[in-house]
Amino acid sequence: MSNRALHGTLLGGVRKFGVTGIFLARLLAACVPALARPRLLVAQIFNAGARSLIIIMLSGLFTGMVLGLLGQDVLSRFGAETALGELAALALLKQLGPVLTALLFAGRAGTALTSEIGLMRATDQLTAMEVMAVDPMSYVAAPRFLGGVIAMPLLAAIFNVIGLFGAHLIGVDLLGVDSGTFWSQTQSAVGIHDVTEGIVKSLVFGAVISLIAVNEGYQSEPTAEGVGLATTRTVVASSVLTLLFDYVLTAAFL
Amino acid sequence: MRDVHYAIDGRAIFADLNIRVRRGLITAVMGPSGTGKTTLLRLITGQLFADSGQVAVFGRDIGSLSGAAIYAARRRMGMLFQNGALLTDISVFDNVAFPVREHTDLPESVIRKLVLTKLEAVGLRGAAQLMPGELSGGMARRVALARAIVMDPEVLLYDEPFVGLDPISLGVILRLIKQMNQALGITSIVVSHDVHELATIADQSYLLSGGSVVAAGTPQELAKSDSETVHQFMTGSAEGPVKFHYPAPDYASQLLGADER
Repeated sequence: MSNRALHGTLLGGVRKFGVTGIFLARLLAACVPALARPRLLVAQIFNAGARSLIIIMLSGLFTGMVLGLLGQDVLSRFGAETALGELAALALLKQLGPVLTALLFAGRAGTALTSEIGLMRATDQLTAMEVMAVDPMSYVAAPRFLGGVIAMPLLAAIFNVIGLFGAHLIGVDLLGVDSGTFWSQTQSAVGIHDVTEGIVKSLVFGAVISLIAVNEGYQSEPTAEGVGLATTRTVVASSVLTLLFDYVLTAAFL
Repeated sequence: MRDVHYAIDGRAIFADLNIRVRRGLITAVMGPSGTGKTTLLRLITGQLFADSGQVAVFGRDIGSLSGAAIYAARRRMGMLFQNGALLTDISVFDNVAFPVREHTDLPESVIRKLVLTKLEAVGLRGAAQLMPGELSGGMARRVALARAIVMDPEVLLYDEPFVGLDPISLGVILRLIKQMNQALGITSIVVSHDVHELATIADQSYLLSGGSVVAAGTPQELAKSDSETVHQFMTGSAEGPVKFHYPAPDYASQLLGADER
């Protein structure tokens, strides 16, 4: 890469970072008036949350089933299959629940947010709102951002519950680990610290993904290609940043 | 608009643009595609700001106003977008009710009557419960017009209101623009290149070309103008000061030369 190209890439990256930072400041300022529109907020929690339920529940079930199967197999080699409940609960609460939910959330709700807002931009709907003296930041962007931030921990919680059920289904019901031991191990191993870690992670992931999705939609080129590219960028950036923040938060909670 | 300069990425859109819109009249702004007619409306609504010069709206320079003051000025305006720009996730009724619900505390019963009255004016009372996706282009434009007038604005801006309309819708829109101007005294700015339609309703016209006004007057005065630009625009000729062809290499040598694009 030539110096000029490198300079251009760096400058583009800094500019993008700056634009996103300014957008975040405007978005947070717009969240206050957006809270005064509870109907819009509920609609967006429904869009981001309820409409992602099936994919989250199915993924949670299969993830838990794999945990039950592999956990029982590996732990039984050491005669420790009674720790299956502990393994599944901690893995789900601290890592798999928030991270997998976030990745699925980015693919399902994040892309929908970006393409919806991008198309609103392309069809002058955002401009029309501005001309009608209605701030699209507080009417369109902020409710969608808040909806995502609120929906993400709820989805992660559902993922965890279904995942634990999946691990129980395979480990206990199919492979014969004792049910009482499974639950007592889970209860004694999981502390409030682990639950807090999961909630904080899912809140942060929800905020990061919703910010990226709304920002990309808002800044997208008002063309079919522009909206498509913005949607792709949402998935890529959300996934990478979710994993990055996962590392940072895991280290912080150690 | 006084001595307005506006450039995008160093390319001048307007240079020394002077337009005076008289209160209570219909002002037509005409010009070939790409002359910045839509940009002109965005300067008036304060979505864009002139690099220099003054855009005075309701007597105050919109470039010097705060964000709240610009929003206050916009509440006194209505704008009809070229594609309607209806909100696609709510019904026709809710689209027309949108500005009223956002800016007033009127009870739903009053909003209902208000919205139905405006929809009746554009002939779409029966379409109140349809979604925007179920409307034709012309119907969407009429709903957008109902939405633009629902707050009884003092100024109405029309961005290419005649494009793609069937003759009946065109006649209705023309009559509505004229009626709203005469009955309610709404000041109207119509940006379009449909010369003949504008001639039937406009009180004053401005013809833009090359970033500034090349002719001004009543449509009749423009029709009689000696200016080559005006004559070319009014008669729709490809030959004249306004180039129809985008700059290109010599036609024959390009056709007969090597297979390059």
